[in-house]
Amino acid sequence: MLIHLSHKNGVPLYLQIVSQVKYLVASGRLRPSDEVPPIRTLAESLLINPNTVARAYRELEHAGILVKKQGSGTFVSDAGSRLAWTERIKVLTDRIDALLAEAHQLDVPTEQVLALIKDRDRLIAAQPQQEKQNAGA
Amino acid sequence: MPEHNVTNAESPVAVERLTHHFGHTIALSGVSLAVPRGGVFGLVGENGAGKTTLIKLMLGLLVPFRGNVSMFGMDPVKKPELVLARLGYLSEDHDLPHWMRVSELIRYNRAFYPDWDDTYAEELRKRFGLDAHAKVKNLSRGQRALAGLLIALAHRPELLVLDEPSSGLDAIARRDILAAIVRTVADEGRTVFFSSHLLDEVERVADTVAMINKGKLVLCAPMDEIKAQHHTLTLQFSEPIGAPPKITGALSIEGRGREWTIVCNGEMSAARASAQTLGATIIEETTPSLEDIFVARAGRGAMNA
Repeated sequence: MLIHLSHKNGVPLYLQIVSQVKYLVASGRLRPSDEVPPIRTLAESLLINPNTVARAYRELEHAGILVKKQGSGTFVSDAGSRLAWTERIKVLTDRIDALLAEAHQLDVPTEQVLALIKDRDRLIAAQPQQEKQNAGA
Repeated sequence: MPEHNVTNAESPVAVERLTHHFGHTIALSGVSLAVPRGGVFGLVGENGAGKTTLIKLMLGLLVPFRGNVSMFGMDPVKKPELVLARLGYLSEDHDLPHWMRVSELIRYNRAFYPDWDDTYAEELRKRFGLDAHAKVKNLSRGQRALAGLLIALAHRPELLVLDEPSSGLDAIARRDILAAIVRTVADEGRTVFFSSHLLDEVERVADTVAMINKGKLVLCAPMDEIKAQHHTLTLQFSEPIGAPPKITGALSIEGRGREWTIVCNGEMSAARASAQTLGATIIEETTPSLEDIFVARAGRGAMNA
């Protein structure tokens, strides 16, 4: 389980772990019934306080993403994949909020942003076909 | 400032109204704090803030001018042998006898501790990559720190006291030291007290943080509480303003013209309201890092330093 912690952005470390585990589940890199590392192991590899890892795991259990099995370890829950969809939407929502805030700063109206998104989507969708055509020519 | 509600019986370390002078220089002034059992306590402050003085008072190496020091409920000046038997200490300058070999250093120190664990000492020696035949004077600075750490840990103390353990060390030795702190606290009930001016390290491993500045305690609270109570706001005004805006709870203000960044403490709603009253728009709200908080409280831009 790959987790990167940043000390520059000020976000509490346990929240960084929580959101990254959610992201790993949402993106399918962690799947239902996958085991996550024991608290002590993750704390030693990230060089952070074990209490911080414990707190992140508690939060993830509470959110239904992880489940602790008596005596064997902590696993991604079966409900994890259902939650994954909401998480995916949440990740995008955060990006969209940032985009809208920037558009607002640059004085670009939302309608224009929507039009731009559709334009870019068409352009990106067209690109692989062009490549295919180029390859065929 | 909220006092820590930890009684002496629960705390491996409790100091009350501690004041210490060196000649006319005030090293500590009215410092009270208690270290909760079973966590990592980080003491931060600039060089010369009083960190080492506090540690020396805890170890009974100095007699306090005024105030009390209680270690496991005992006075370290009156009962040094009982206090020192229960703690492991790594000094800032890693002062070890230069002429000894690593194996001799281990044998020499084991004599002082009835609880010395030979198997554990050997395990640590291997983990730290220390050659038993090497002489202390030929070890690198990082290896010397690790040798000192081995001696501090091998009797499995209840309390590990580290004074600036990673200052001047390379990245690998720093990782080894941090890993040792993490492992120590992962072992049930053990407490780590360490001082550092490397705030990202403290942010990584500490549960509780105390900040001292010019001998005074400016902040002492659980890390989560500190993070929850500090905010960074970036404000934008429609027109440039000449003087820094007055924001409720502000600890430091930086900026010019239309944009100002403020580190503040306390209720966000109060800071937001005062920004609104001044006609400013909040364009960014973030949580500051421990370093940002320290600089806001003790740096040149601080409002009450």
